[in-house]
Amino acid sequence: MLPSSSQLDLTFAALADPTRRAILARLAEGDATVNELVAPFDMSQPAISRHLKVLETAGLVSRRQDAQRRPVHIEALPLADAVGWLETYRKFWETSYERLDGLLAELQSFAPKSDQKN
Amino acid sequence: MQPLSITLPSDREIQVTRSFAAPADLVFDCWTIPALIRRWLGPADWVFITCEFDARVGGKYRFVTRGPDGFEMGSGGTITEFIRPEWMKSTELYDMDWTGGETINSNRFTEVDGITTSVLTVLYATREARDGARATPMAEGMEMGFKRLDELLENPPAY
Repeated sequence: MLPSSSQLDLTFAALADPTRRAILARLAEGDATVNELVAPFDMSQPAISRHLKVLETAGLVSRRQDAQRRPVHIEALPLADAVGWLETYRKFWETSYERLDGLLAELQSFAPKSDQKN
Repeated sequence: MQPLSITLPSDREIQVTRSFAAPADLVFDCWTIPALIRRWLGPADWVFITCEFDARVGGKYRFVTRGPDGFEMGSGGTITEFIRPEWMKSTELYDMDWTGGETINSNRFTEVDGITTSVLTVLYATREARDGARATPMAEGMEMGFKRLDELLENPPAY
């Protein structure tokens, strides 16, 4: 499944905050509860929960249905899409082809009908 | 017009499909005539230093582009199949070999009612090569981002 541009917008918006990136880096080492995430950050639990909500909405983390602990789990796929080779590739061709649209329009404004060419 | 679509038809291929509001011979020429290639291929802030394309079976091509920070990127290969204006196949190798060996690139152009669809398929030597591309300037930018992340982990922000 390829990332849509709106999914990437969500991903990048979520990654724009240093605390959220640090939370993701912690979760990359393994699942953690909200309390475990609060400890290293010197932030209140509601503040951390707000960051988690942003990450969850962007699909970057999920909550495991594990009774009361409800550990937070990192979702690797959208992150891979955001930083991955495929997105680089897509950007390259989108940019190039938009320029090609312009060139083709310019050429057709000068050229006779296509069936008379050559 | 359909937006660009990217698919992975096999574990060694990437396929890029896009339609253009122009006849096939014009789209084909834009891919195969240096004066036209240099007008559109690549980001607008990268300029061609070298743009050679010997448009025939067995002909060679060579592209060198320079980015805004002076970084130069070169690639080239041989045209192996050439049927204007509908089909082209070539080999490609980057000077810095970002693609894990030579790739085989094909491009099919199909015109319907004045709209031409280009299906570009890049076949990599291995799946690892296709999924690689980690050494590109873009990937280096991401690497810098991760270094900042590491620094943050060593010195968590105080609020």
